[in-house]
Amino acid sequence: MLARLRALIVKELLVVLRDPRSRFILVGPPLVQLVVFAFAATLEVKNVDLVVLNRDEGPSGIELVHRIEGSPTFRTVVAVHDHRALQRAIDQQQAIGAVHIGPTFSQDLLAGRPANVQFVLDGRRSNAAQIVNGYLSEIVNTYVADQNERSHRVASTPRVIPRNWFNPNLTFTWFTVPGLVAIVAQLIGLIVTALSVARERELGTFDQLMVSPLRTREILLGKLIPPMMIGLAHITLYVLATIVIFGVPLRGSLLLLYGSAFFFLAAVAGIGLFISSLSATQQQAILGAFLFLAPATLLSGFATPIENMPSWLQPITVINPLRYFLVVTRGVFLKAMPFAEVARETLPLAFIAVVTLTVAAWLFRRRTE
Amino acid sequence: MTPSPSERPYSVRARGRRVVALIRKEVRQIFRDPSSILIAFVLPLILLFLFGYGVSLDTTRTRIGVAIERPTPSARGLLAAFQASPYFEVRVAADRRELEQPLTLGELRGIVVIPATFDADLWKRSVAPAVQVIVDGSDPNTAALVQGYAQGVVAVWARARALEAGRATGASGSEERFWFNPELSSRFFLVPGSIAIVMALVGTLLTSLVVAREWERGTMEALMATPVTAVELLLGKIIPYFVLGLASMSLCALVAVLLFDVPFRGSVLALYAISSAFLLPALGQGLLISAATKNQFLASQLALLSAFLPTFLLSGFLFEISSMPRVIQWITNVVPGRWLIPSLQTVFVAGDIWPLFLRDLGMMTLFGAVFLALSVRTTKKRVA
Repeated sequence: MLARLRALIVKELLVVLRDPRSRFILVGPPLVQLVVFAFAATLEVKNVDLVVLNRDEGPSGIELVHRIEGSPTFRTVVAVHDHRALQRAIDQQQAIGAVHIGPTFSQDLLAGRPANVQFVLDGRRSNAAQIVNGYLSEIVNTYVADQNERSHRVASTPRVIPRNWFNPNLTFTWFTVPGLVAIVAQLIGLIVTALSVARERELGTFDQLMVSPLRTREILLGKLIPPMMIGLAHITLYVLATIVIFGVPLRGSLLLLYGSAFFFLAAVAGIGLFISSLSATQQQAILGAFLFLAPATLLSGFATPIENMPSWLQPITVINPLRYFLVVTRGVFLKAMPFAEVARETLPLAFIAVVTLTVAAWLFRRRTE
Repeated sequence: MTPSPSERPYSVRARGRRVVALIRKEVRQIFRDPSSILIAFVLPLILLFLFGYGVSLDTTRTRIGVAIERPTPSARGLLAAFQASPYFEVRVAADRRELEQPLTLGELRGIVVIPATFDADLWKRSVAPAVQVIVDGSDPNTAALVQGYAQGVVAVWARARALEAGRATGASGSEERFWFNPELSSRFFLVPGSIAIVMALVGTLLTSLVVAREWERGTMEALMATPVTAVELLLGKIIPYFVLGLASMSLCALVAVLLFDVPFRGSVLALYAISSAFLLPALGQGLLISAATKNQFLASQLALLSAFLPTFLLSGFLFEISSMPRVIQWITNVVPGRWLIPSLQTVFVAGDIWPLFLRDLGMMTLFGAVFLALSVRTTKKRVA
């Protein structure tokens, strides 16, 4: 049995690696995803364009504007002189927001009254607007506190000391790139498996395979093992890129990562075989894979946290393999996740793998008879 | 469809008739092929649901821990302020070490440490009392939001306390206004943005698949052997998929407004003008890909890579373009979706702002002209 299985695995690997189209699939999309995702997929807000309407006649307004200009977050700070210009700049998205300093700002500060500063932000980009609002309030609060100190009114506001664990500078690539390891493993594991049976069926070689001395179980294993090997190879490349190119610290154990990756790939390959046995052509297999990939990626916590989803939707994510493996890749890289925790996330993966592979095997048999 | 002898084969009427016949053929194919219906109507609804429900940047009730090392009155007051905040769901502990493991596991997003000396420090003039906020930096966006909210809670608590004590400190009275979207619902920009992705899928992926199939099967060459010219052939493809693209956009827009409560403050005219202008480069790209590859498999991969991914990642739909590295910022300029997103979000959430629309319409039409011209050239060359 082993010899037959080995022959089948070698044949599968050759089919994938020799066909230029398959080679393209193995290299093109993962590479583009790595480059574009790693650099472009950032929720950070930098290089912000701002307008300022300063109607204060005293010195404090000008000082505050200088403070804002001095902050590295802001790329351009343009002065406008009336409300219409302010509105136009925001409407046409020349600036994400505006700072409006009221006419009595300096006087109010001197008198110890609440000083009048208004931020107007573009709600069309609500996430960025919220973050810019945070930056601006911090600048104004610090400025006002400094002024108070200067005039000996000691502010009683307690200081807040921020500490960012696992990622002290909140570097966004530390978040995205370990996640990409999981995303690419999913993409490759799924596409290669989904295409394999569909390709044989399209070419008519599937029937030849069925009349060969190979048993159904062996064919199934032969279709399963090569995509997992290719998936592990991609994981290795991505792990190297994560460490060497992006400088993400590897704090946990690679052994645990690979152990978990094995079950993740098995689960994904099961889904791929499932799609494969349902499709008659490669085209359908690709569409089917896409139909699975889009929701699986968006509902995994890769880009936005699962806990932000509505409460009726969160339970659905428990059947999503990516959800568990993402916790493992991020955890192993940044948090030195211990064995017990990795096991807790891997157990559902093993369970999903058993279910999807059983269903795939059943479909496979039914289709062949 | 034999032309009457009195009609010359390249008169306007004959051309028109041939294009109409081609369109009729294409429409029949669309309705018979399950994969076109899948891409044009089922996939858009799935994507819209995912972006409407599944993807959300609105952190509501983040789970944090508060370590209160000595339950003095002020410390308890600050704790109550955290518990009353709509942003947090608080787990209380006496020691921060109890909360560290949940933070590592991702069960908590942050820990607020109110030190034992907090009360004493509040009354000292020399040292400012300090509150430590530890967050899980492995998710930087949530981490930054938790830091921001925690700072807000402490500041509001301190101000209320000062007012109670009759000491009006010169607190800053800064207030903020979020135009167009005062509740800061991320759905307002995610749902219109997903309509852009839908149009990219219908315009580029579906068109490239269908036309590549004709090349693969040789029916394209068969059509070329008839009096049909390359331009007529392309028109016969562009018009039906253009209409199909507008149809799935309309479906999505209705769902966005009726189901997801996204406001529609602009005009229907502007919405259709913007969408039409985007469909030109999208269709042109699809035709170009199919004529260049003549292979369904390659065409679908290229369409996903060159239309779906850029519209998703490089259009400013989810990720701010200004935060990207300079080279990538420059690349975004040649992504048609980058010129669609601002107008599309504006027509839904803000209203008709024509100076913005005109800029985007101009850019998209320009890209459309380039792609269509290239696809005409490629189609002609391929046949010769």
